[in-house]
Parts: sequence; structure tokens; C-alpha cells
Amino acid sequence: MEYILLFIAAVFVNNVVLSQFLGICPFLGVSKKISTAIGMTGAVTFVIILATIVTYLIQKSILDPFNIGFMQTIVFILVIAALVQMVEIILKKVSPSLYQALGVFLPLITTNCCVLGVAIQVIQKDFTLLESVVYSGSIAIGFGLALTLFAGIREQLELVRIPKGMQGTPIALVVAGLLALAFMGFQGIC
Amino acid sequence: MSKFGIILNGLIKENPTFVLVLGMCPTLAVTSSATNGLGMGLATTFVLIMSNLVISLIAGFIPDKVRIPSFIVVIAAFVTIVQLLMQAYLPALNDALGLFIPLIVVNCIVLGRAEAFACKNNAVDSILDGIGMGLGFTFALTLLGAIRELLGSGKVFNMTIFPEEYGTLVFVLAPGAFIVLGYLIAIVNRIRKV
Repeated sequence: MEYILLFIAAVFVNNVVLSQFLGICPFLGVSKKISTAIGMTGAVTFVIILATIVTYLIQKSILDPFNIGFMQTIVFILVIAALVQMVEIILKKVSPSLYQALGVFLPLITTNCCVLGVAIQVIQKDFTLLESVVYSGSIAIGFGLALTLFAGIREQLELVRIPKGMQGTPIALVVAGLLALAFMGFQGIC
Repeated sequence: MSKFGIILNGLIKENPTFVLVLGMCPTLAVTSSATNGLGMGLATTFVLIMSNLVISLIAGFIPDKVRIPSFIVVIAAFVTIVQLLMQAYLPALNDALGLFIPLIVVNCIVLGRAEAFACKNNAVDSILDGIGMGLGFTFALTLLGAIRELLGSGKVFNMTIFPEEYGTLVFVLAPGAFIVLGYLIAIVNRIRKV
């Protein structure tokens, strides 16, 4: 039950993009087509869960016992960067078809703040390992949901006449604002 | 480019928020008030100036292949310094900005300037570029924060402009951030075309 609440809270109530503002760059950058949005979601889900597990273990087994918590930012970002590289190399050898689908998105993920953000959040909220995995998975699903919805709307926007100054980023931001307004309706569920 | 031109470039012509549209996460997340926007902007400016300086000095010694990871380590070191200083001297601001202080590491502006400017130019120019870009970012964040605070609660920098009951709360909340920034960029686009 606890895990279901955690899932609903992370996907709908505190949606990672629309109410926590993590991962805005890919949200605006790769949301022009639904197919690329789904590819990006797959890559993010994979990396976010893996990165959370690895950084959690590093925090609990190295940073905490030796009392060097202030190194958190440096260690986490390096681990995530190395992890993304490793995933890319392994994926290339083991599953070329999956690599083809996710390949372009992988290098972009190092600078996706939702990976580092979730890794730090999990430590701040004092989750257990299992809770962390559920939480990071839910965050990834929330990210995918927002990204896919947004891409769907943007595909329709292509067909609409928009004033010149509003074209591109401004109209995308306003649409994201309306989407965030809709997601505010979930507040108070849990 | 003249020394003054470099600063002006970051402030106006290539404003990181309104023109380049970089570093959106902190821009949207912390601008619920003008004070928070200013604090975040100055923290990022410090990291930008210091990382630009160090990277311009060491760029010659770093092999091309490990360029990006080395830059990230330099940036992360300065972010940690900012984080510790804020915890010690500005605990209230630190609590307000929260998670987004460590996330300066993944702010695309910092890495972007390291890659596009600092590793190709000398130390003085790189510092000036850091100042210009940082001030441009600070200006954008403060403006966005002030507008949201004014529309949402009738205050700017905690000074009451009109009674709070007339405010529209949604501008302080998440959707307001997207909508105000969208219209601000539209206005800037319009002005630049003229």
C-alpha cells in the first residue's frame, strides 16, 4: 500500500517535470514527435533506476561511514556520467537493436537534471533501497507521461496558425503551463 | 571583441535565458519570488566566473578525449563550495533553493560556456564572459521572480505593491512559471525582430 501511494504521489501529484521542474531541457527539446518522446522515456527510465541504485549504495557504504558527505555532488555526477558511458558501450555489444532505439538519447542524459536530482532526493528523504527503486521508477514513468502528453499536443500545434513572436519556445512553455495547471488537479489525492 | 562587448554579449545579445533558452530547470523552479531568483542567479554567476577562469587556465593541459568529464569535475568542485558557504551563511536562502543548489552542476549554461568560450579564450576574457552570462542569467531570474511575485501576491522583494487578496495565486505555483516565462520570451522575440 505504502509503495502504491509513493507511486501515485511521484507520477501524478508531484510530477517530476510539471511540478518539480526537473528535466525541463529534454521536456522542451525532444518533444516534437511522440516516437522520439517514447524513445527518450525508455532511456531515462533505464538510467534513472540504475543510477539511483548505484549512488544509493555509494552513499551508504562509502560517503556515510567515512563522513565525507560534502563530496556528494562531485561523486554523484561522476558516477552518473561514467554509468551512462558504460550503459552505452554495453548496450552496443549486447543488444544492437535496443541501442539503435535509445542510442541517440543516451549521451543527452548525463546533463538531464532529473537523474542527479532523484539521486540526491532519495538520500535527502531517507528512503530504503526498495523505496528508492520504486520512487525512481515512478519518477521515470511520470516523466514519460508528461513528455508523451506534451509531444501529442505539440504535434497538433504544428497545424495551428500562431502569431510570429509566440512560435517555437514561447507557445511550448505556455502549453506546458496549461498542462501543469491540469496536473494541479491531482493535488490532495495523497 | 572589446572587453565591454563580451559582458554586453552575455547580458543582452546572447542572454542565456531569453535568447539561448538554456538552464530552464532552475529558471522555472526557484523564481517564485524575486529574492530567490536573485540568490540563485548570484550563486550561478559565482560558479560561472570561477569555472570559466579555472577551465581557461587548464584547458591547454587536458587531452581532448577527457575534456567534458574534467570540466564537470571543476564545476562540481565550485558548486560544492557554494553549497557549503550557503549552508553556513545564508541558511534561509539555502532552504528556499534546496535541491537546485547541487543541480547547478547540470545547468547547461555553465558547461555550455566552458565548452563554447572558456576553453578557447584567455583567462581575462573568460572571467568577463562569466560575469556577462552570469549577470544576464541573474537579471532574467530576478525579472521573472519579480513578475511572478507581483502577480501572485502583490509584492516585489517583500514590499507590498497592492493588497494580497487581489493576487492570483497560480502565478506563484508551478503553472505560472511556465506561462510567465513563455510570454516574456515572446516579448523579447518581438523586440529583437524590430
